[in-house]
Amino acid sequence: MAGVWVYAELHDGAPATPALELLTKARELGQEVSAVALGAGATEAAGALGEHGAARVFAGDDAVFDEHLAQPRVEALHRLVQKHGPSLILFASSYDSRDVAGRLQARTASTLMGNATDVPAIDRARTSIFGGSKLVDVELAGPDPRLVLVRPKSFPAEPSGGTAEVIPVPADVPEEARAARIVERHEEEASGPKLEEAPVVVAGGRGLQDPKNFELLRELAGAIGSAAVGATRAVVDAGWVPYNMQVGQTGVTVKPDLYIAVGISGATQHLVGMRESKRIVAVNKDPDAPIFRVADLGVVGDALKVIPKVIEQIRSGG
Amino acid sequence: MNVVVLAKYIPNPTGTPQLGEDFLLVREGVEGGLDPGDEPAIEAALEISEKAGGEVTVVSMGPEPAMEAVRKALSIGAHKGVVITDDALRGSDTLATATVLSAAIQLQEFDLVLAAVESTDGYTGTLPQALAEFLGVPALTFARKLELGEGTIRIERQTEGGYQVVESSLPALVTVTAGATTPRYPTLKGIMAAKQKPVERLALSDLGLSADDVRATQSVTGVEDAAERQAGEVIEDDGTAADRVVAFLKEAKVI
Repeated sequence: MAGVWVYAELHDGAPATPALELLTKARELGQEVSAVALGAGATEAAGALGEHGAARVFAGDDAVFDEHLAQPRVEALHRLVQKHGPSLILFASSYDSRDVAGRLQARTASTLMGNATDVPAIDRARTSIFGGSKLVDVELAGPDPRLVLVRPKSFPAEPSGGTAEVIPVPADVPEEARAARIVERHEEEASGPKLEEAPVVVAGGRGLQDPKNFELLRELAGAIGSAAVGATRAVVDAGWVPYNMQVGQTGVTVKPDLYIAVGISGATQHLVGMRESKRIVAVNKDPDAPIFRVADLGVVGDALKVIPKVIEQIRSGG
Repeated sequence: MNVVVLAKYIPNPTGTPQLGEDFLLVREGVEGGLDPGDEPAIEAALEISEKAGGEVTVVSMGPEPAMEAVRKALSIGAHKGVVITDDALRGSDTLATATVLSAAIQLQEFDLVLAAVESTDGYTGTLPQALAEFLGVPALTFARKLELGEGTIRIERQTEGGYQVVESSLPALVTVTAGATTPRYPTLKGIMAAKQKPVERLALSDLGLSADDVRATQSVTGVEDAAERQAGEVIEDDGTAADRVVAFLKEAKVI
């Protein structure tokens, strides 16, 4: 009884990309790979999960898994764990998976590692700390299953061309696990390419001074074309822009071809989410801002003066 | 409505963190204080108790100076504190921390437990969920807005692409994001009053736990420097920096 499991989140009935990344990694760990998918579309998702390396998919399509916060999923996952005894479960570092992993840990009394960037072996994980400047290797002891939350984009998602055996998961959820009920869902509007996928990201921070100056970044993104607009935690917390624009430790991890940091000082929190961008341009007033230590091109100056000129030049064909 | 709110003492988040010989974060002799990430949850607790009555109890597990974090919460209005300090807790992981906090909170009367989404120094972000499981209550996570009903709580839960409205009966645990409330500052009067407020100090044995219950399940086997990004060219804007930026965008073939 062993195996590496991937807890596969479903988004709109399809497996979320991080689940496919984790399966790709799980294949290298030398044990049988399974995925657990709970919620609408789980059985159908088994196709993509199998293609990325899951030999088995434990699938529960019941609406109860979507109508409540983590508890029904924890209930089902814990029962599967007790029956099959996996050695390791990989989760994406997302909101929903953090909820599931945290509660599961209290039941299994096993070790939990957050923010991992690599999983070299069944009992090993690697993470980066201090804004990605140091890499820490950790040995995971304790009873099975070890629980590891992995930052998205730590591995590529590559299909292996397999097919998974589907094992249905019953929705046997006690009443006390149904207390927290999701009564409404709202998606915030986002235009243009998705932040996680855009080849160019234009991001703003406190240095923009006023929420209305974010319009400038939207104009720059529009002028470039295939660009998305991101933000730092400071301005998201201040309510300037919605959370789905946040790049950083909490928030989205991006690895675009080009990252343009405008009025961003480069706090650890932020650097972790963007330091692997292929190229970085930074505009900031403070010459000592940490962002300049990772920028390929740094401009010490007033973003509100520099950026309008850049937009103008791009629009007039440079 | 009795509210328990979690507080963590952390090294000054704007300082330069250091790792010790044992690969643990150096916390001794380093200036620190209440995790600023806890302040929105403390504020939410105070606002709830002002509206619905009852007491706010601040609970903190940590080294000796954790008392400072609790005192700060008391100075802005919390009613009493509980501090769990024990040598065996040094380097505790989330499982041990959740075990200890749950034992301490079960000694309190509570309708609601509030916590930050994650700590600013460790940012694993799973401790509140594990704690909720130990307490046998739902965890309403990532709240950007809280609203109390009759024996219920309703939150707006931040998600990756928007938000959800989530409702639950009480007791429950809620994690509070930074944008949910605007934390108040301590007043001189509050700081003076805090000195008179009761703070209970507990060791592991007071909670019926032993060092075996909080043994670490992870050990660091090595630390190395990440590949440094080469810092590139830094120019001062003399009015022509935009030209250089546009040239760079062209080199990168994005325009």
